[in-house]
Formats: sequence, C-alpha cells, structure tokens
Amino acid sequence: MSEIYKGMKPSRRNFLRGAAAGGAALVGGAGMARAEGDPAILEKQPWAQFLGAGVDEAPYGMPSKFEAHVRRQNVPWLTADPVSSINFTPLHELDGIITPNGLCFERHHAGVAEVDPGEYRLMINGLVDRPLVFTMEDLMRFPRENHVYFLECAANTGMEWAGAQLNGCQFTHGMIHNVMYTGVPLRLILQEAGVKTTGKWLLPEGADASAMTRSIPMEKAMDDCLVAFKMNGEALRPEQGYPVRLVVPGWEGNMWVKWLRRIEVGDEPWHHREETSKYTDLLANGQARRFTWEMDAKSVITSPSPQKPITHGPGPVVMTGVAWSGRGTIPRVDVTIDGGINWHAARISGPSLNKSMHRFYYEFNWDGKPMLLQSRAHDSTGYVQPTKEQLRSVRGENSIYHNNGIQTWAVDEQGVAENVEIS
Amino acid sequence: MSKSLKFLAPIGAAVLLAAPAFAQDTLGLGRAALPEEVAAWDIDIRPDGLGLPVGSGDVFTGEEVFVEKCAVCHGDFGEGTGRWPVLAGGAGTLTNRDPVKTIGSYWPYLSTVYDYIYRAMPFGEAQSLEPDEVYSITAYLLYMNDVVPDDFELSNENFLEVEMPNAGNFFMDDRAETELPVFSAAVCMENCKDSAEITMHASVLDVTPETEDVAVTQDAVVEEAAVVEPAAPAVDPALIAAGEGLFRQCSACHQIGEGAVNRTGPALHGMIGSTMGAVEGFRYSSVFQNAAAAGDVWTAESLEAFLADPRGTMSGTKMSFRGVRNAEDIAALIAYMESFDD
Repeated sequence: MSEIYKGMKPSRRNFLRGAAAGGAALVGGAGMARAEGDPAILEKQPWAQFLGAGVDEAPYGMPSKFEAHVRRQNVPWLTADPVSSINFTPLHELDGIITPNGLCFERHHAGVAEVDPGEYRLMINGLVDRPLVFTMEDLMRFPRENHVYFLECAANTGMEWAGAQLNGCQFTHGMIHNVMYTGVPLRLILQEAGVKTTGKWLLPEGADASAMTRSIPMEKAMDDCLVAFKMNGEALRPEQGYPVRLVVPGWEGNMWVKWLRRIEVGDEPWHHREETSKYTDLLANGQARRFTWEMDAKSVITSPSPQKPITHGPGPVVMTGVAWSGRGTIPRVDVTIDGGINWHAARISGPSLNKSMHRFYYEFNWDGKPMLLQSRAHDSTGYVQPTKEQLRSVRGENSIYHNNGIQTWAVDEQGVAENVEIS
Repeated sequence: MSKSLKFLAPIGAAVLLAAPAFAQDTLGLGRAALPEEVAAWDIDIRPDGLGLPVGSGDVFTGEEVFVEKCAVCHGDFGEGTGRWPVLAGGAGTLTNRDPVKTIGSYWPYLSTVYDYIYRAMPFGEAQSLEPDEVYSITAYLLYMNDVVPDDFELSNENFLEVEMPNAGNFFMDDRAETELPVFSAAVCMENCKDSAEITMHASVLDVTPETEDVAVTQDAVVEEAAVVEPAAPAVDPALIAAGEGLFRQCSACHQIGEGAVNRTGPALHGMIGSTMGAVEGFRYSSVFQNAAAAGDVWTAESLEAFLADPRGTMSGTKMSFRGVRNAEDIAALIAYMESFDD
C-alpha cells in the first residue's frame, strides 16, 4: 500500500486501512467481539466518570477534537503563494447537502480582507438614475430571501484535464461548497438606483486588494442574484466575503464577488482580467470560449474514495456522493461499480433544490473484488454528465475550466481507492 | 427578457406607504453617492477606452518602473519567477500541449492590462501607481511582447490604436449549441460495454499533497488533559498577537519561523542579531548586499527604522512596501518576529 500511496503520511485513516488489510482476523474493526471482552466497555472511560466542560467553555463552539483531520487543505504546487491561492473543501468527510461554514473552500486573490462592517459601503453607479451609497444598516432594511446554492470554482477538477492527477475528491472536486444564503435580491437594490434603459451589464467589484471585478449581464442580475450577508444563518465568514458578497446562482464562483463594495451599471461588458486572461476556455484549435458562466451538471462519489477507503472488508457498503447543476435540480444520479458496464439508480436523500448540491447514496454488498466506481448526474434540463473522453473530444485538454467529466475511483481488494481513468 | 420587466413593477403596497417621498418602485434607502466618491472608487477601464485617465508613458520609463516594482515576481523580462505569472512571450503556443498564455499571446484587450495593473498591482500595494506609471508599464509590456517598437509611447490618445495579437480568437459561450444536445442523449444502463480497463493511475504522478499526521488517539487525548502550566512569557502575548495580525501583510512575501524558506522576500527566522542581507539563497538588492559586506547587523532599532520607511532607510531595496506608520504596530510586528527567535 505504502508504495502506491507514498504521497500520504500515516494517519488514523491509514492506520485503519492498514488494520483492514492486515488480515481477516481484524476485519470487523475496533468494535468486534473479543474473547476477553471489549475494553471500551469493560474499562471505565474518563468521560463516563469525570465531569466535562461546563457551558460557556466555548462561547462559539468548535468540532470535537477527534475531528481535527476534517479540514480544508491546499495544493501548494498549484500557486505561487498562499495569499493568492485556493484550498479545498474536505468533501470526503461531509454528508448531507450543507457545507459547514468553516470548511467552505477559500479562494483569494489578495488574501482575506478584514472589512469593518461599520465602515462598509456599497456603491451603485454608472447608468442609473440615482447613484447611491448603502450602509449595512440600509441593506438590512430591504426585503430579504433565503436560498441554498452551490458555489463551484470554474477551475474545480481543472488539474484533471490531461488525466488522473490527484488522489482524493477533496483535491479533484473540493472547489465547491453549498450553503444557505440570506440576502437581498440584487434587483431590489438596482431598483433603488433606477437602471437606465441603456444599462445591460453590471460590474460588481470587491473591496479587497485585488478589487475583483466581473461583468454580469443585467438579465441574470434581475433574475436570481443576491447581495448576501449571512451563510447558514450566521454572518459570512471573512474568507467568504464578510460582511457582504454577491451570490450568482449556478454560475462560476469567480463571479460571486466577495467583500462587495461597488456595482457599476454599463452598456457593454468590461472584459477585465478574470474574464479574458482567466476564466476563458482555451480549446484545442487555439480559440477560446468566453463568458462560460453556467456550471454544467456534475457529480462525484465522496465515499469510498482515495481519502475514504473501505476499511471494514466485504459486506454492506454505503456508497455516497454529491451532484449539482448550474441549470436546475438533479432528479437522477446513476452509479456503477464495474466501470460502466452496468449502472444502477442511486437514491437521492435530502432536499432537491434549484442550483444546490444533492446528496445521493447507493447501498450494496461488496464481494471484496476490485471495483471501478463512477457516478453520472442527470439534471432537470435533461443534460447528462459526460465522460472525460466526451469532454476532451469537444474541448481538448487545455481549457482548465469547467471540467465536469465523470470521475472514476478504482477500489482494490483491500478497499483502497485510487483516482484512475478507464477505457 | 420577461424577467427584467419585474424591475419596473412596484414590489408591494406596503412598500409604497413606507416610502412616500420616492418613486413608486423604490424604498428610499441609501443616500446619493457624491461625484467625488464615485470618482474615488470608479477606476475601471473598458476596451472602448471608457475610464482611461489622461496620461502617457514610454517603453524606456516603463522598463525602469517595471524593474523596480514588478520584476521581483514577474522577472526583468516578464518571464516570471517561481510560479508567478509569465507576462511575455508564448506567441504561437496556444495549440501546444502546454500553451503559454501571456499578455501578448492570449489577452484580447489592452484595456485589461491597464485596468488590472492599476487595480491590483503591485501585489500587496494595489492602486499605488500614478497614471503615467501605468501607461509606461503597459508600454513596456507591449514592447516585451513585440507589439510595439522600443521608442513607443502609450497615452490615452493612442490607446485604442493598439491591437492585441490574439484579439480575434475569443468567441461567446456556445455550449448550448455544441455540447448540450450531445450531452443530453439517452443513456445505457445494462451491458453497456464488454470491459472496463484502467488506462491511467493518479499515483503514477504522485502530486497529491501529503496528509499531515493529525491522528488523535485516545491515549494522546488523555495526556493532553493533564494541564501544563505555561512558562511566564517575557513579552506581552497581546502584543505578539497584534503583531501576528499585522504580519499578514508581510506574509505575501515573507515566511517566518522554523522551516521558513525564501519566497518573494527572504525568510525571517532569527532576524534580530543577524547580519543584514545574509539569508542564504536570497537574491538581495545591492543596498543589502553592501550592508552584508559591511557586516551590518539587524538590531531592534534598525529594524524599527526599516519597517517605518523601507525605501528611505535602505534606498534601492526590492521590498515594495510603503512602511508601517504607527510605532505601536512596529513594536507589535517586532515582538511577533522575535517570538520566533530561540
């Protein structure tokens, strides 16, 4: 095993994996019956005898110390520097559809801006009847809405265009999170300023030292964009744009400008750096698509996966994963354990919301033989997640962005999973 | 377009009552943005020249400014250091296996260059350049990409005359026509192929980041429960904590502490008492090379002075940082930096 996974140091999970691989006698895990009885039962546990922490020990609660391995991680070789960089959501450790705020992946272009909400201002200018400035208090006086949306970076899975590279769904698919936003519909704010009939495009701008900008068509702004200040009920995290970010449902994450400080209305797009040099999809013929805003339907199996091997041996297995589409809901996910020879309908559990992550499960009895796991999402428009080969046949291997091809995990007899590509 | 009609409709009767002084479709929230406020924030430039300030700059001046303010990351000729962006070259590589996408080989609009340089550069000191400096850097970038000759001067007057080599190679998202029909076909569920063979393993490349050992065993947790009295700190921990916060602006370029390595700036481990300009493997400016040759040593005082005014104290330093104004902040930064010295 270690020769295959030399990139990973021993951890609790690897230990468990080693135990599982060690022989049939150990299969069954720590809770199995033993001749002498289970010390977890026979010996008094400290938590069963001594008093624990009182209330207020942690005024803002944190996860159990036993969950310390559940965390965002970056891929250092990807970027020049951690200030303008990205890390990844640990999808393999999560369940349900909501991403906990502290685990939502981060992508900054000039680090995390620390914006004082008392000095926060949102300016609307350009082709409007009344250029306006709003404070936080002003924003809180608009009617607000709650929506669960996924935010996926257009570069999610971008390192996999030329083939299988990274061992773990955290790294291959972790530039995504899914939270409930509370915010003001952008159209209400624009309405206050009065958009002139010539106003067809918006330029939202961030308050951080990268002053992030993207051009957004007016139709989208009037449809479902939000000026959000809460995620999962609490204030936005600083790394997610505190105190205010733009929410652009179903569209690539780069457009969801964080630390939003200004929205300009114009008659033409701006063609700024993040929509020319970046976030354009270079095709094999040297031409590039631009304004590829919508995120195509996509899914990934989060367990079993390279960071979540099967440690319990043959028998019942819960396969699970997530699926999403920038064009609607996910009514159906197919899964295969034999590399696509036969497919099975997965079970979707939890809310099926527009432009939100969906959670799927497939329970089966594993015979202990090697498997090739894949999932295939269908969205509410009838679009079916393509294979990586199908995608490459249209786009080549240089487009970086919008790689939504079907992911394959190979699982060996020990339950160890690896990122592979198959015929 | 029917959705945009919503914008014209009043949003509700209650709203009308709440804001009688305003138009029927507004709440009367916010205040008028003053022209000088709009001017302070509205810095964006468009391909049609909208937003360009009056100014000019030539290639030679641009080279000087670039070498001083940009080359530390992008290299003297825009070749990029480390993984910082390459800005020049790459012409004709867009169909290669590894395309080199630079301003010259890829960017469709010159306005994007001007806008981005002023908006976000130099990294860590955004919006500090004067219009003439941005024009000159932009002119130098065009020159390095063989778009203009070396005697070229760029200004708001001739800006729109410059054509970017790759301008014609972008087209609007066409997935709706080229992909959606193909990827919406009926799928096979049974006996879809004869076999499935592995054609590529991620482990062959072995580029997955290492998973640090964060295992928590029961024994370790029990041990942790035994309270250890911390030794009395010599320096106010609040000062160190404040310095840690302030250091974030330094961390764009500097690593600190055990295992720190040179990045854009030198590693800062054990700085006080060490010889200036002597961190191994770092390419210093001549002013620091001279200090090293003279055997100058970092003291709390010299560090204070340097942090307050880097370029005034060490004229010619590559550190593109304007300095820390507040003496308390400097003390906090030094306390934080010293907390790594053992």
